[in-house]
Amino acid sequence: MTVAASRWTDGSMDSRLRRRYAAERRFRLLGLFAIGLSVAFLAFLLVTMAWRGLGGFSQTEARVTIDFPRSDIMIDPAALAGPEARQVVGSAGLEGALAQAAVTSYGEEADELFGGAAARALGKALIEDPSLLSQRAELWLPVTSAYDIARKDAGAPEAERLVNAIDARGDLRRAFNVNFLTASDATDPGEIGVWGALKGSFLTIIVTMALAFPIGVLAALYLEEFAPRNRWTDLIEVSINNLAAVPSIIFGLLGLAVFLNFMHLPRSAAIVGGLTLALMTMPVIVIAGRNAIKSVPPSIRDAALGVGASKMQVVFHHVLPLALPGVLTGTIIGMARALGETAPLLMIGMRAFIATPPKGITDPATVLPVQIFLWSDEVNRGFVEKTSAAIIVLLIFMLLMNGLAIYLRNRFEQRW
Amino acid sequence: MKEKMPLTPLPTPSAAIAAEAHEADLTTPEEASGVAEGPSLDDLRGEPAGLPPIDPKKTAKMRAKNVDVFYGDKQALNGVSIDIHEDRVTAFIGPSGCGKSTFLRCLNRMNDTIPGAKVTGHIELDGQNINDPRMDVVQLRARVGMVFQKPNPFPKSIFENVAYGPRIHGLAENKSKLEEIVEKSLKRAGLWDEVKDRLDESGTALSGGQQQRLCIARAIAVDPEVILMDEPCSALDPIATAKIEELIHELRGRYAIAIVTHNMQQAARVSQRTAFFHLGEMVEYGKTSEIFTNPRERRTQDYITGRYG
Repeated sequence: MTVAASRWTDGSMDSRLRRRYAAERRFRLLGLFAIGLSVAFLAFLLVTMAWRGLGGFSQTEARVTIDFPRSDIMIDPAALAGPEARQVVGSAGLEGALAQAAVTSYGEEADELFGGAAARALGKALIEDPSLLSQRAELWLPVTSAYDIARKDAGAPEAERLVNAIDARGDLRRAFNVNFLTASDATDPGEIGVWGALKGSFLTIIVTMALAFPIGVLAALYLEEFAPRNRWTDLIEVSINNLAAVPSIIFGLLGLAVFLNFMHLPRSAAIVGGLTLALMTMPVIVIAGRNAIKSVPPSIRDAALGVGASKMQVVFHHVLPLALPGVLTGTIIGMARALGETAPLLMIGMRAFIATPPKGITDPATVLPVQIFLWSDEVNRGFVEKTSAAIIVLLIFMLLMNGLAIYLRNRFEQRW
Repeated sequence: MKEKMPLTPLPTPSAAIAAEAHEADLTTPEEASGVAEGPSLDDLRGEPAGLPPIDPKKTAKMRAKNVDVFYGDKQALNGVSIDIHEDRVTAFIGPSGCGKSTFLRCLNRMNDTIPGAKVTGHIELDGQNINDPRMDVVQLRARVGMVFQKPNPFPKSIFENVAYGPRIHGLAENKSKLEEIVEKSLKRAGLWDEVKDRLDESGTALSGGQQQRLCIARAIAVDPEVILMDEPCSALDPIATAKIEELIHELRGRYAIAIVTHNMQQAARVSQRTAFFHLGEMVEYGKTSEIFTNPRERRTQDYITGRYG
């Protein structure tokens, strides 16, 4: 039985159908290509970072034998138990003794093998075990940055020669660089660490969060639920949308003018950084919050009003909890942006050289991205891998923060 | 078209008979085809025998006089006056956009939430003007509960859905009292047996009909005096609809009930008073039996015979 060719079965319809499918395939391929490209970029970034930065987390250590009774270290073992043990070892001339020991072990040219970091490590070892002072001890101590680079990469010819010689004797090893996570900025790349910047970032973000989240959410709630719709609220809405798009450096100038020049808050402190970033983040939270609140179905509001809930009960018992996941998403985006922000903080003086971690929000501090920017500007080659390592720390910090926020969001979503 | 229909006294107030009566009176076949299938005889008894007569000394529970509603410049309601009695179910019928839901929302001032809506006229609850500035709107909405067109349980547990109202109004001193209220309300809404073992589950996980009964339970948990229902069955299947209608029968007498419906058979089945709205006006208001069998107005007759709507 043959079916007569109809409009749906003739050749032109077939080719039209083929064109439609081909268009769909092309579109999918383009999408796939876009995804592939972005994944490739991401992978490239992460791999380069890891490749260049992981070295920053390790530190070359050399074995050195110190004959304490015969060295010119003069420390009273009893003083090491007291509260001033740090000052005692600090002023005992450990660096000189170390240089001497290095020369004894590895020859004349090794007199600069150890630096301040090694002296501090030795002091710490002495405080932990004062009995060392009465014996001949063998210790692993970190070498200075110049030799560290010579070992890992390519340094000066004489440094490389010495390092190779020590390595040949089996007196060189790689250890985890604890110092990098516990120290702050320093002039010697062998001694720098991210702790100070990390703490500064943490304090700044706390200030930002504490200000921007409640104010942003309350502003969103008021604008969406309570404010009358008129020209003023329209104007406010336009202004908020505008603020969200203002370049961050302008917020930095605003912070400089208002918080430093007018309010005389301490320069370079986490509180000023936090305030400035809060100004920058608030519009993002307000916009995301308003959208989340708008998407709560009106039937829920009707239901609550229908049983006699007041406007505020409707908002706080029903609308806000339902909007919270969306509000949190907006907050995460805003906070992540604030955490990675450099420009406004440069304006308010957070680019200073800060060698001690801040104790509170009014102490001079710097933040991770600014620290990365500062290190990337250094001439000394030892800073290169430390810069990459600091970027890795920043990425991990962000990952943890976002992970926590997403976890919180999912928990709220499950409850409802 | 203000031609009056001949008043034929009917022995039984039933739509089936009403349809016959219309058929007999109407001349054109198109008009006659209006009511194809009438509801059964029993459902249509306007004033069931068991119902006490309305006490003439007692005024109506809610009384509306000359209510106008404007949405911006557009007038949605024009001079509506209706009494809603205790012990009676009052149905508002009429084609889409005729203002019946708007009027219902005036009765607990839900129109306040619509920007640009303006209500004038006089509406009183137990002799008290509800638009009086001294009337607390929150308390009014607790006294005049509402059930909406689409079931809208809170995305919380079944227990929390019912307990929310009593909790915000402080109706229960302690947890056991609250549990008692929840159980009583769910029983009255005919939902208790289906959900008693899963009160902690989300209210939104129930079926549509169950959700609507949950909403009714939520409304009666605050012990209202009047319950307004805005097309409560329009999103439900026939079986769930039958259950809700049965429930309305059971709740009658305890609460004054006003129901908006698109479904004329439903109005005939559940109500004793019917108001017919058309284009923002209340055309006719009276006993359901009379509206359906012996309407005074031509427009009412045309609507209930299915000529438009």
